[in-house]
Amino acid sequence: MMDALAKLGRGALDFFERLGRGHLFLMYVLAGSPPLLLRLRLWTQQMYSVGVLSLLIVAVAGLFVGMVLGLQGYNTLVDFGSEESLGVMVALSLVQELGPVLAAVLFAARAGTSLTAEIGLMKTTEQLSGMEMMAVDPLQRVIAPRFWASFVSVPLLAAIFSAVGVFGGYFVGVGLLGVDDGAFWSQIQSRVDFHEDVMNGVIKSVVFGFVAAWIALFEGYDAVPTSEGVARATTRTVVHTSIAVLGLDFVLTALMFD
Amino acid sequence: MFHNRNLEIVVGLFVALGFAALFILAMKVSNLSAFSDQEGYSVSARFDNIGGLKVQAPVTMAGVRVGRVEGIGFDQETFEAVVTLKIYNEFKQLPRDTSASIFTSGLLGEQYIALEAGGDVKNLAAGDEFKITQSALVLEELIGQFLFKAAEGGE
Repeated sequence: MMDALAKLGRGALDFFERLGRGHLFLMYVLAGSPPLLLRLRLWTQQMYSVGVLSLLIVAVAGLFVGMVLGLQGYNTLVDFGSEESLGVMVALSLVQELGPVLAAVLFAARAGTSLTAEIGLMKTTEQLSGMEMMAVDPLQRVIAPRFWASFVSVPLLAAIFSAVGVFGGYFVGVGLLGVDDGAFWSQIQSRVDFHEDVMNGVIKSVVFGFVAAWIALFEGYDAVPTSEGVARATTRTVVHTSIAVLGLDFVLTALMFD
Repeated sequence: MFHNRNLEIVVGLFVALGFAALFILAMKVSNLSAFSDQEGYSVSARFDNIGGLKVQAPVTMAGVRVGRVEGIGFDQETFEAVVTLKIYNEFKQLPRDTSASIFTSGLLGEQYIALEAGGDVKNLAAGDEFKITQSALVLEELIGQFLFKAAEGGE
């Protein structure tokens, strides 16, 4: 009985301790960021490995998601004779929900895991402590560029995802299924509002980018320095990012699109 | 890895692509290009019933968009809806006895305001009010009236 209680207590304490470490980590990273402005090259390098290399998977996924939306939406809408609204359906679901969420989840899977593994291995092989010995702050030199690169990349990737997806829906709807070309675009333009829909999607993806970057880097930095610990941390990155992104998506949707 | 310069070019391309996607979403997908905050002047109109009219709904004349609904209010003394319309500046020459009606685009589409020009020589100015207005047709009322008439005729 007491043992079980103690176990519960330890679990809770561990959880909150980790949460606290995560927030302290974030604060140190943010505080250590200004010097990054003097070394933009570090940031560019990370933008390449984190953003540019994720471009392909995000664009291809966006294309197929848009095409599937077009196909499924058409089958449903054609029953009501309102297949002209296909464009609105595809564009709104992409811009508001699927673009930001799927781009962030794909980002976690493609780039977040590699960030966690990289930092975790640096910790395991004591490169991070080595840097500290040389009076180089690893939070400034290693973590901050990766954080800001991820933070900037996710909104860009989400925008690309949505744009490519709309064209995917266009190819299927107009190209294959014969929805009227003009009606497709004019319906979209009359129903999708820039501030209400597009900008709120951008705000979402900015929040998701922040969260995805934070989780991936913290998991790596906080990993148990063994090969098993790094493996676990990598798994946790994907799981936690997905849960956080989907949960936050609900909260943000409830706040913004009421 | 690449040379630093190539790396920077690729990253620059990536960022440009992201902004281009956002630009496409803004211009092609959303209605930003349609609104683009055209300058206009405000006039108001009173309706007994505005149905499902919404702010930002189009104001058309002969089917051409000449403005949009800027605000919807309620007059507590006359119990009428007061709709503020923003007419774009390029359409300055509307006669003063122009009438405003609320129509529905298609059977179940969104509602909009259609203006019909009158014959007055003077033009509408900012702050004026439409004298002749026609309320929205509420489908339920129409059906109710029809059923009532049908029942009356049957007896």
